[in-house]
Amino acid sequence: MHLLLEQLINGLTIGSFYALIALGYSMVYGVLKLINFAHGDFFTLGSYLGYTVLVFGTALLTAHFGLWGGMMAATVVAAISVSIVGIVVERLAYRPVYPAGRLPAVVSALGASIFLQNAIMVIWGPRYQAYPSQLIPNMHFQFGDIFITLLQIIILVFSFLLMSVLYYVIQRTTFGAAIRAAAHDRHTAALMGIDFNKVILFIFTLGPALGAVTGVMVGMYYRQISFTMGWNYGLKAFTATILGGIGNIPGAMFGGLILGVLEMLGASYISAAWKDVFVFLILILVLIFRPTGLFGEKVAEKV
Amino acid sequence: MPVNTNSTGSARTLSVPRWIMPMLAGAILLIYPFLVSDYYIDIAFYFGIYALLGLSLNIVLGEVGLFDLGHAGFYAIGAYVTAILNTRYGIPIFVLLPVSGLAAALFAYIVCSPIIHLKGDYLCIVTIGVGEIVRIALINNPFDLTGGPNGVFGIDFPRIGELLVIDSSLEYYFLIWAVVGLSIIGLISLQNSRIGRAWNCIREDGIAASASGIDVRYYKLLAFVLGAGLAGIAGNIYASKLMCVSPESFSFWESCLMFCIVLIGGMGSIPGVLIGAAFISLFPEIFRPFAMYRMLVFGSVMILMMMFRPGGFWPRKRGGVSYRSLMEDSGD
Amino acid sequence: MIDRPGKATRNGNDILLETQGLTKIFGGLTAVSDFDLDIHKGEILSLIGPNGAGKTTVFNVVTGIYRPERGDVVFKGRMITGKKPHQIIVAGIARTFQNIRLFPDMTCLENIMAGQHCRAKAGLAASVFRTPKMRREERRIRQVAEDRIRQVDLWAFRDELAKNIAYGSQKMLEIARALASEPELLVLDEPSSGLNPKETEDLMAFLQGLIREEDLTILLIEHDMNVVMGISDWVVVMDEGKKIAQGPPVEVYNNPEVIEAYLGKEEEGGEDAGPASH
Repeated sequence: MHLLLEQLINGLTIGSFYALIALGYSMVYGVLKLINFAHGDFFTLGSYLGYTVLVFGTALLTAHFGLWGGMMAATVVAAISVSIVGIVVERLAYRPVYPAGRLPAVVSALGASIFLQNAIMVIWGPRYQAYPSQLIPNMHFQFGDIFITLLQIIILVFSFLLMSVLYYVIQRTTFGAAIRAAAHDRHTAALMGIDFNKVILFIFTLGPALGAVTGVMVGMYYRQISFTMGWNYGLKAFTATILGGIGNIPGAMFGGLILGVLEMLGASYISAAWKDVFVFLILILVLIFRPTGLFGEKVAEKV
Repeated sequence: MPVNTNSTGSARTLSVPRWIMPMLAGAILLIYPFLVSDYYIDIAFYFGIYALLGLSLNIVLGEVGLFDLGHAGFYAIGAYVTAILNTRYGIPIFVLLPVSGLAAALFAYIVCSPIIHLKGDYLCIVTIGVGEIVRIALINNPFDLTGGPNGVFGIDFPRIGELLVIDSSLEYYFLIWAVVGLSIIGLISLQNSRIGRAWNCIREDGIAASASGIDVRYYKLLAFVLGAGLAGIAGNIYASKLMCVSPESFSFWESCLMFCIVLIGGMGSIPGVLIGAAFISLFPEIFRPFAMYRMLVFGSVMILMMMFRPGGFWPRKRGGVSYRSLMEDSGD
Repeated sequence: MIDRPGKATRNGNDILLETQGLTKIFGGLTAVSDFDLDIHKGEILSLIGPNGAGKTTVFNVVTGIYRPERGDVVFKGRMITGKKPHQIIVAGIARTFQNIRLFPDMTCLENIMAGQHCRAKAGLAASVFRTPKMRREERRIRQVAEDRIRQVDLWAFRDELAKNIAYGSQKMLEIARALASEPELLVLDEPSSGLNPKETEDLMAFLQGLIREEDLTILLIEHDMNVVMGISDWVVVMDEGKKIAQGPPVEVYNNPEVIEAYLGKEEEGGEDAGPASH
């Protein structure tokens, strides 16, 4: 029982990583029907930028803002820089390709991903980089016989905060309604006076920013980062997006959390080496019985 | 063939230049290896492997329009079936050539049957999942068969007794390109058959295809099975050329490359696939002097190509002219 | 409900297609409820009714796109309920769609050849090796397609991509594709919608020609009363998923119940092109 609960918390932690990255996929997919392969690399870029700020700016930042301030600064710098990169990628690589349809955009996205990944490699080098240790006091709390670290608490709280804010923006504000409308039917939305470019700007600011923040958190959690990690996280997050029902924002969040928990349960009860197989098998089973994901709407094609 | 004089005329005048290109390409392929060193022959060998993989994915993606981003899994099945059966039981590589194709095809049939009804991106993620499951399974060395992350070593050359042993770069080059050539002939035949048309109809409009009498499920599965079979054959040749196989050769990245081959070349276009394969396999070689920057260039070029030629480098041409290919004409 | 006074005027007595108590439910909405229809060999039967009456749903059930919750479809005495669309076309029912569904990036001729798919047999091996039998079959497919494309006057566009021809031509192309499957029953969903008056005239003449010259029966959904009155042998009126009347065109046209349920709702009356066609 106590293993189960502990794995549940570990699962929720990595699940919230997946969920935050998945949000970026889901927003872009919802509005543009594009699988944004570069999204995983936004996440990596955020992680590396956070790393640089923490390693090279720590002394300076900590002197001015204290340790917590330093970390916040790393997160904010990563988020802002990566959203700028996100917007630039959208302008340069995606926008010119939209008119040609979905598939060219997929290739363009793969191209952007290769470019970003290798740019990161050129800038930071091909080797693993390690986040500074002891950023967060190595404290843990005990509830009954369950251990939970301070870092985990911070990550969980921060992730849920971000997700709640995003959920609120998408589901409760006018602008969120505009995004959902654009995702539902782009042309009708345009007729209703929704500025599609604003919607794109928004999702390509927010998605990469969320990815970058996740990158910093992953760096702090695992401490080791590599320029190729975006692929793996991206793939998992994309899986989470589909699991939840693609284009569905709450679906992406739950998809991510469920995926993280499944992965951890698979790792502890089946085998760590086969955990991803377990995850993909579950995904396939879910899709066989619910072809549009767990929370996806059943779309009956109009004939 | 019942054609009126008008269309026969246009087919005659236009079909001549159409045949210059393939002849020329064939001639270059024949002469090329005698002009260059083994290193460049090997590059052309890998071009051939990617061409075969591109052709195999083109059936699924180009002809039927199914997003398959796990094609490396089928390639892996072919390579590992060859590696395991050859190193353990000494079955000759040539015998394993069809066996690995059939094994990959059977695998595709089994895994695709339950998921073939999924649409677009849902099918896409499932194929990614299948590809990843294969790769992870290979790493985890089930039943001590696959040798884990290191893979399987000591795969034999393709040989027929002592009569014919394929063990030089030149011979491998001709082996792969012979297979590619035969596949192209077969695939052109298919394009001009009711099967090829059925595939295209499904790509264009699944419901209309079904209402026109096409068993959508059957033809989708057929495309997967055939595509996987060809990829399995590519795996066989690749394994014996390298003499070893390891899981990292069959990553998600490899599936993405195949996807790009088809789209860069032009969906459903056989010459397009060859151009796409040339791009993917030759580009990193040509830009070797740029060292670590070459992949930056590679990524940028992919984006640029989609901007300027979104339909691919050599989109499939339809209509009377391409329709009446030599295959068809020679029949009458 | 008119109890079939016009039966004597219907051509022939063999029932080709019959639906019995057909019911189709979407979520909470009963789109078609307990619907009976019988089509006699060699006639043109028009299914009319206001938008949302369930006409297209009946078509989709008959052609196997939807599976009915209750009821049966009997074609030539055989139950075809729940069969897949590609099996139904083999049985001899071919259709067109309300919103044209062609294969846009294939040529006009290829579009029609698709209709012959179900009458051909060549398998994988025969196709790869182009056996003599397969070539003969291909020639036959091509011959049928070429005959049909001439029949709808689109020979000049045979190598043009389907998406590049005019709307009216696309409609005719879709009919030609259906005809290429050698059907006994042709099911047309609003064939005249979007056509100009001249094209509509041509369509009517074309359909009457078909009935005269080929062993064919036509079931159509139609909003244009000129077409309905002009070519139908029998008219069935639907409203809210139910059959509310049937009979020869003139009789149905003057039926007060029908006028109330259907024509009465259209202020312009039935003489116009009817409800907006999409």
